Amino acid sequence: MEQQALLQVNHLSTHFRSNPTGLFRRAGLIKAVDDISFFINRGEVLSLVGESGCGKTTVGRTLTKLQPSSGGEALFHGRDILPLSQSVFRPLRREIQMIFQDPFASLNPRLTIEQTLAEPLFIHKLAADSNQARQQVADILEQVGLDASVMKRHPHEFSGGQRQRIGIARVMIVKPKLIIADEAVSALDVSIQAQVLNLLKQLQQEHRLSMLFISHDLGVVRHISDRVAVMYRGKIVETASKPEIFSNPQHAYTKKLLAAIPRVPTLQRAS
Amino acid sequence: MALLEINNLSIAVASQGQLLPVVTDCSFSVAAHETLGVVGESGCGKSLTALAIMGLLEGSQVNITSGSIVFDGRDLLQLRPAQRRAIMGNQMAMVFQEPMTSLNPVYRIGEQITEVLQQHRKITHRESRQRALELLDLVKIPHPQDRIDSYPHQLSGGQRQRVMIAIAMACEPALLIADEPTTALDVTVQKEVLDLMLDLQTRTGTSIILISHDLGVIAETCDEVAVMYRGRIIEKATTASLFANMAHPYTRGLLASIPTIDTDNDWLQAIPGRVPGIDEKVNGCPFHPRCAHTETPCTQTAPRLIDTHPHHAVRCHFAGEI
Repeated sequence: MEQQALLQVNHLSTHFRSNPTGLFRRAGLIKAVDDISFFINRGEVLSLVGESGCGKTTVGRTLTKLQPSSGGEALFHGRDILPLSQSVFRPLRREIQMIFQDPFASLNPRLTIEQTLAEPLFIHKLAADSNQARQQVADILEQVGLDASVMKRHPHEFSGGQRQRIGIARVMIVKPKLIIADEAVSALDVSIQAQVLNLLKQLQQEHRLSMLFISHDLGVVRHISDRVAVMYRGKIVETASKPEIFSNPQHAYTKKLLAAIPRVPTLQRAS
Repeated sequence: MALLEINNLSIAVASQGQLLPVVTDCSFSVAAHETLGVVGESGCGKSLTALAIMGLLEGSQVNITSGSIVFDGRDLLQLRPAQRRAIMGNQMAMVFQEPMTSLNPVYRIGEQITEVLQQHRKITHRESRQRALELLDLVKIPHPQDRIDSYPHQLSGGQRQRVMIAIAMACEPALLIADEPTTALDVTVQKEVLDLMLDLQTRTGTSIILISHDLGVIAETCDEVAVMYRGRIIEKATTASLFANMAHPYTRGLLASIPTIDTDNDWLQAIPGRVPGIDEKVNGCPFHPRCAHTETPCTQTAPRLIDTHPHHAVRCHFAGEI
């Protein structure tokens, strides 16, 4: 590898203790993430694919320190972020941002869109006063394809696709280096999913962002990734470039994932 | 004769003293042993149509304003509630989208399956439990003996949806309505659940109405397809004809927006804009604000459903031309 990776993850593990179920049972150890390694270069999209419960979300949560790790290291700009205390890590939070799956649950229903989007600006001291903040909010709304006039409204007034655009705006407004998108388009209808996916890709390319795109859908992954890592039961079973993984899958689980995607008749696709 | 025939069904929501139409003049039929797919974006009226067929709109703000729903020769809208209840869950059953919320969390799954059986069949407790075990085996839940006394939270999403299907299939209904049965599931599990439903259909001859926003799912499973937009059927055809002669710009947009692994195109073709809210009035063709082919007639008059091919009808002024 010529250049230094933006994020280099080595032997990362995250374990959970399960509650003992019987009176004399011992607590079990669940290896949600079990000794995985990968890297993401600047401007690159790595997709992490796997079924529910395979540990892919835990990877995202561990890298954003929402979940303590059990072993390994995660070098961001060459510095291991896992042992950092929350207060030391806080400035880095601006650079590592997360987009969540559920656009209904991840926006505060009591705040207006302006309050939601301005909040990270004040936290990270990116705006001196509310006028500056408002200007930045208007700019970012335009970038995600929403009118600046939506600022005064509340989340319940928006559709799922629009809410996910707001979620993307909240991430983009702090100008991150690395975005962790956890099933960012899974909750959307196919037509809206396509809009949001295109938007995400466009922003990623414009700003040369790095992205860890977590998804269970290889069809979606095909449109956004540079490389793909397939995760199964806490381990990465296969990592390859996008063309490799689709034309020449090696692991049996990858093949099974590929076979499960509904095929649409390809005739007449162009309108 | 068709098993289910829906004629000119219209549904409206009562809101602030006025009736807002949510399903308008919708007609389709489902023959015995057949699978009909209903496709459309959120808010196009597909779930409401399903709830209307099941009689689940009673007592809500949503009213059926006109039309008939003829099932097995009887108009369901003319039946007394008791007669209706004898059909629901028995000859006609429904699988809902959210397996997390549609099972009762405080009852064991065995009890939830036997409840249907005891409602509609004169059988003993022991017999119904035996039947529940058979059903769990039928929907491929491993070790039914160990699972029958589990609570819903102890099962995975895919297993819960299998239990939902077991409940729906308990009385071997003639018609099964599945409303986005796999939307909440992973692709691999989705395939297993769809395969299971088709497998049960071959065994029992049940007709299925499969509601989905994903044309990919529909293409793999259905004999006929109805595409809905803003409460109207805008294209209706056999699956083969739909994909061979796809005519409506909306249907084409839905197809183009599916991320596939067969093309190496980086950008997806999305349908611009969004579905207008039910209180927003759109003159002419309801799709014209989002359509790339809009011309003057589209903004003025609403197109009618016209046959373009045998078993293929389209609601577009320029059907066959674009």
